[in-house]
Amino acid sequence: MSIEIDRVNKRFRDFVAVDDVSLTFREGELTALLGPSGSGKTTLLRIIAGLEQPDTGRIRFHGEDTTDLHVSKRGVGFVFQHYALFKHMTVFQNVAYGLTVRPRATRPTKDEIKQKVMRLLELVQLDWTAHRYPHQLSGGQRQRIALARALAVEPKVLLLDEPFGALDAKVRAELRRWLRRLHDDIHVTSVFVTHDQEEALEVSDRVVVMNKGRVEQDGSPEEVYDHPANPFVYRFLGNVNLFEARVHQGSAHIGGIALPAPEYADQRNEHGHAYVRPHEIEVFARQEHADALPAKVELVSVVGPAVRLELHTDASDALVHAELPKHRYRALGLSQGSDAWIRPLHSRVFLPDERVLNG
Amino acid sequence: MSITLARRRVIPGFGLTMGFTLLYMGLIFLVPVGAFLLYTTTMSWDTFWHAVTQRQVVASYKLSFGGSLIAATINLFFGALLAWVLVRYRFPGKRLIDALVDLPFALPTAVAGIALVTLYASTGWVGQYLELFGVRVAYTQLGVVVALTYIGLPFVVRTVQPVLEDLEAEWEEASASLGADRFTTIRRVIFPALFPALLTGYALAFARALGEYGSVVFISGNLPFRTEITPLLIVAKAEQYDYHGAAAIGTVMLVVAFAMLLVINGLQWWTSRRHG
Repeated sequence: MSIEIDRVNKRFRDFVAVDDVSLTFREGELTALLGPSGSGKTTLLRIIAGLEQPDTGRIRFHGEDTTDLHVSKRGVGFVFQHYALFKHMTVFQNVAYGLTVRPRATRPTKDEIKQKVMRLLELVQLDWTAHRYPHQLSGGQRQRIALARALAVEPKVLLLDEPFGALDAKVRAELRRWLRRLHDDIHVTSVFVTHDQEEALEVSDRVVVMNKGRVEQDGSPEEVYDHPANPFVYRFLGNVNLFEARVHQGSAHIGGIALPAPEYADQRNEHGHAYVRPHEIEVFARQEHADALPAKVELVSVVGPAVRLELHTDASDALVHAELPKHRYRALGLSQGSDAWIRPLHSRVFLPDERVLNG
Repeated sequence: MSITLARRRVIPGFGLTMGFTLLYMGLIFLVPVGAFLLYTTTMSWDTFWHAVTQRQVVASYKLSFGGSLIAATINLFFGALLAWVLVRYRFPGKRLIDALVDLPFALPTAVAGIALVTLYASTGWVGQYLELFGVRVAYTQLGVVVALTYIGLPFVVRTVQPVLEDLEAEWEEASASLGADRFTTIRRVIFPALFPALLTGYALAFARALGEYGSVVFISGNLPFRTEITPLLIVAKAEQYDYHGAAAIGTVMLVVAFAMLLVINGLQWWTSRRHG
């Protein structure tokens, strides 16, 4: 079932939560709505579910207008950040809930319900918890039960609101891989909201980056990571260094070095910003290349197999972050306070007014 | 819990607080009740039995326990409704109504009784119209129930209100997204969550009604066999220097009330244990 969002707007008093958003989620796809808090991603998800009404605009499921359909009639499975399991019911009763509340005419028999619930509990690998109460389970287990409960009603679309937000890092990572595998098995059109870029890039088929109620970029995970549409997306998807640059006839000049910027072949002496990811900065102990910038190591931090350096250079207002493998760092023989040379391998240049032009 | 174990606790003052608690409970509660029960045991079984089974006394039990149960039940429904309205809706005057709920706690019960009798007497503002329909409130058993309902009003509201405020909106949303209509959501999700609080409120309202004296004596007319409540009988016996009779009836009330509260609390413990 595809979902079509057609020029949807939503305000809460003066706050514009969703600002004229149009999107289409294709059938069977797992899409991440990614953005900082307050970007309108959760509101948009709730509008799709019918838990919130848009001020203007329409929602269509597979071409059928569902904007005015009550949430209980929409056929959506909704998974909440804090699970929202009914704590006075056992796990079994929770999962069975959506089936037992059906009107008598369409309600499955007790045996059918039992079979289906047990099958779902096996799917989420928690069939042994059927007679426990939610408070006897861990956070990760509760969220899997919440997912089983949402799937029990055979939803046309599955909507997940920060489903792993309340879990610790290890469980999060496990659960999102598990969700990916589950989605590959059941193929229901799914949308999940997250503010964690790593989660969005790892799990989804498609990423929609939102900011201030608007869609900043919409594409595959590789696309949005490798070709961010604007500075916001660049910054939001991972750490980034910002250099002052002079853009002139297809190259960006940072300090004494020139990097290719072919999209600006026609610009002359424009001021711009060059964005460079930490792992795209080469660090040297001596001036091995003519086009390297002199820098000074301010801070060294070892994070597992990688080493992060913070360097001061005249070409950037802020400290430059560089990331390199530990063996490479050892070979360089650098330490805190040493002089070093840095060279951006490649960059993405944005002119100051581009944000406006793109929007 | 042994004292030695308690000494190793992080929070100091176990001995002091426990000692004070026992002394306080003793002076305020155990000694008076104990003395009263002890006094009852000085009676012979026959005297006791005779005192507590007089027809007039039995009629008063029926009114006291029956009236209190009815009043608590009325408060259960309307208290829950009132709590719901106060928590769920915004309307002008909400804070005022919220504050008024506590008034039966503060207003002297005699004042309440006189006010009620003025309103509901056959010449009163409300009573004269009810009279047209043949309904009489003042000096009837109905009047007793009205007074008991009035003084029990705050209990259910105040026990249910905080629970309702803490009830996650997500539960209702989850229930709706699973296809449940509003009524089903209330019946299967909201009501079970409120149940322990409802039960507590019910027990408190019932206990309060059972012990009520001040407001009822004004509106009931105190007709023997008809509108005489047990607490009034106890006072009447005591005034006639029949201390044994008063103590005997008091003991019956104490035992029955304690048994009923024990059952309600047991029920509540049983439900809350399941939900954790």
